[in-house]
Amino acid sequence: MPIKEIEDFTISYMQVLDENGKVDKELEPKISATELIDMYRWMIRAREVDQRLINLQRQGRIGTVGPSTGQEAAHVIPALLMKDNDWFVGAFREAGARLVRGESIVQALLFYNGFEEGNKKPENYRTLPISIIVGSQTLHAVGIGYAMKYRGDDAAVLTFMGDGATSEGDFHEAMNFAGVWQAPVVFLCQNNQWAISLPRHKQTKSETIAQKAIAYGIPGIQVDGNDPLAMHVAAEEALKRARNGGGPTLIEAVTYRLMMHTTADDPKKYRTEDEVEGWKKKDPIIRFKKYLASKKIWDAKKEEALQTEIKAEIDVAVKEFEDIKDLPPEICFDHVFSTKPDDIEEQRQEFLDRLRKETGNV
Amino acid sequence: MSKMNMVQAINLAMLQEMAKDDSVVVLGEDVGVDEGVFRVTAGLLKKYGEDRVIDTPLAESGIIGTSIGMALAGLKPVCEMQFSGFSYLIVHQLEGHASRFRARSQGDWTVPLVVRMPYGGGVRAMEHHSESREALYATITGVKVVIPSTPRNARALLVAAIRDPDPVVFMEPKHSYRAFREEVPDEEEVMEIGKAEIVHEGNDVTIISWGAMMRPTIKAVDEYQEKTGKTVELIDLLTISPMDSKTIIESVQKTGRCVIVQEAPKTMGIASEIIARINDKALMYLEAPVKRVTNYDVITPYFGRENYYFPNPERIYQALEATVDF
Ligand SMILES: Cc1ncc(C[n+]2csc(CCOP(=O)(O)OP(=O)(O)O)c2C)c(N)n1
Ligand SMILES: [Mg+2]
Repeated sequence: MPIKEIEDFTISYMQVLDENGKVDKELEPKISATELIDMYRWMIRAREVDQRLINLQRQGRIGTVGPSTGQEAAHVIPALLMKDNDWFVGAFREAGARLVRGESIVQALLFYNGFEEGNKKPENYRTLPISIIVGSQTLHAVGIGYAMKYRGDDAAVLTFMGDGATSEGDFHEAMNFAGVWQAPVVFLCQNNQWAISLPRHKQTKSETIAQKAIAYGIPGIQVDGNDPLAMHVAAEEALKRARNGGGPTLIEAVTYRLMMHTTADDPKKYRTEDEVEGWKKKDPIIRFKKYLASKKIWDAKKEEALQTEIKAEIDVAVKEFEDIKDLPPEICFDHVFSTKPDDIEEQRQEFLDRLRKETGNV
Repeated sequence: MSKMNMVQAINLAMLQEMAKDDSVVVLGEDVGVDEGVFRVTAGLLKKYGEDRVIDTPLAESGIIGTSIGMALAGLKPVCEMQFSGFSYLIVHQLEGHASRFRARSQGDWTVPLVVRMPYGGGVRAMEHHSESREALYATITGVKVVIPSTPRNARALLVAAIRDPDPVVFMEPKHSYRAFREEVPDEEEVMEIGKAEIVHEGNDVTIISWGAMMRPTIKAVDEYQEKTGKTVELIDLLTISPMDSKTIIESVQKTGRCVIVQEAPKTMGIASEIIARINDKALMYLEAPVKRVTNYDVITPYFGRENYYFPNPERIYQALEATVDF
């Protein structure tokens, strides 16, 4: 009996707006001028907040930060396409998307300065806190997706992970469960080419991350993650599929981490300036600005006004953050369980008595 | 002899063991080109190449599971967890396999691997970068747990761990990584796993600690001795499991009083086990209840609040005072 081919798989790559701002007319999505400008504003907001966080860390005013500069199209645009009741199950490199999903700049500052208050649930949004354990949150997303189906809730779940996360068992279990359950989940992998010092080609022998979807029987696509229009098209389609009962999708957004892994990292140890410079030319914000200008809906004056407005907004937030006095030390005792067991209550009292003595505040 | 910090000392242990024994391999996330996020594996890749210093894909269970295979096949893997807070997936492989191959095969199969991991607070990083979970590993029978406290004992204990025929979890107090320097001999030095060290002798009270808590403990002890003229017997536990009961019991039988300082939460910690052992063998010698100075039973606070929660010299001093003056 001859060996016959029984399956044949292909993986598509999508780019709509190239790095020079040239658009593919056939693929160009119809987006209103207002929405286009909104997309741009949110990307700028993300970039500016990110840069300010780095500066504040450098000045010792907050702790370690993991910047997302350069990856704005990959996470801000999908977040903008979410409906109000959709779930956001992030990792740690989507600060701009978190702003879209109801988090305030003050909250981000609190988080990066080591206060749990930064994780409080934004009002009216189903946004989970930052998940630092690489890949782990993807399983939560699938469970949430199951619960949505079970309850007849039409919400979709958008979950993020990096290229590194695709090596963790959790990621594969999540994809597999999602396929079996046809859970309404969009897996959005920000393939920024690096997992700290490990380059993408050493993370997996797969030629694309998108193709991992095939193994789990779900659609997968590779997208230029620095192309806001391609991200728009891909995320919209995947979110719709999820909401309409079509099950999960994996989107590999090919992007680049332009900054350090975190402010504690020195990327010069493992990658060249040339590589970084090459990717700077592919910056999503530069090409999108060109696109808006070509549509005659953006100009230098508008740009200046936007920059001024956002910088002022950040200044206000930083001041508000630095003025916060109400961060009681004993808060950690209050949220271990729904009700305090006696010995935690006793420890809390002892803790407070001690602090009172130490500060002389009897 | 040269003065070095703990990062350099641990690095020296690996450099020398790799030179001596080509079955020693190092693997983990970012341990090669990046030389480890704390630079503990500095120079290893350059010296020993990619076959022996492996930048693995990002998967902790994968790192330990494959290390078990390597160990079964005669290699001596020294693997790194980037932070102890990301190590919990390995419990699956440690509890399920590494700890059991010896018993399962009645000694025919053994798993001589080392898992190094920085643990503990004090580095102003995000969630999962500051907890002390030695008790979790210590509950796994068949796995040894070692926690050094100084550059010199870190080096000598890691050498012992690499040579040990059983799996060793080697927890490195990252707060002490660069906090101070100490003379470390150039020539080989090995300390025995399973032995606590009497750092200095005393008669009025025994105090026991380990890892990063040794520094605030020493500070409190110095001050207490100076102010009161009493003498404190200071024990550095060094090996959490199997625990050196003998040193503890003999000391407590001599002093009749004991304070234990632990960075981890209070409940079900190593201090609890020490107290149980004192109860077994030295209860009748006690002149005062044994006191614990610990973190509280809370989820390890983010760094903004951690200083309120971790033991500090003032709390340790007060515990000494309360125990001696009981
Ligand atoms: C389970 C786990 N292991 C290790 C780490 C330490 N760590 C934080 S981010 C990171 C690399 C993540 O790479 P990737 O998934 O590509 O995301 P990126 O940082 O590039 O956004 C590592 C190893 C962690 N947070 N969680
Ligand atoms: Mg990455």
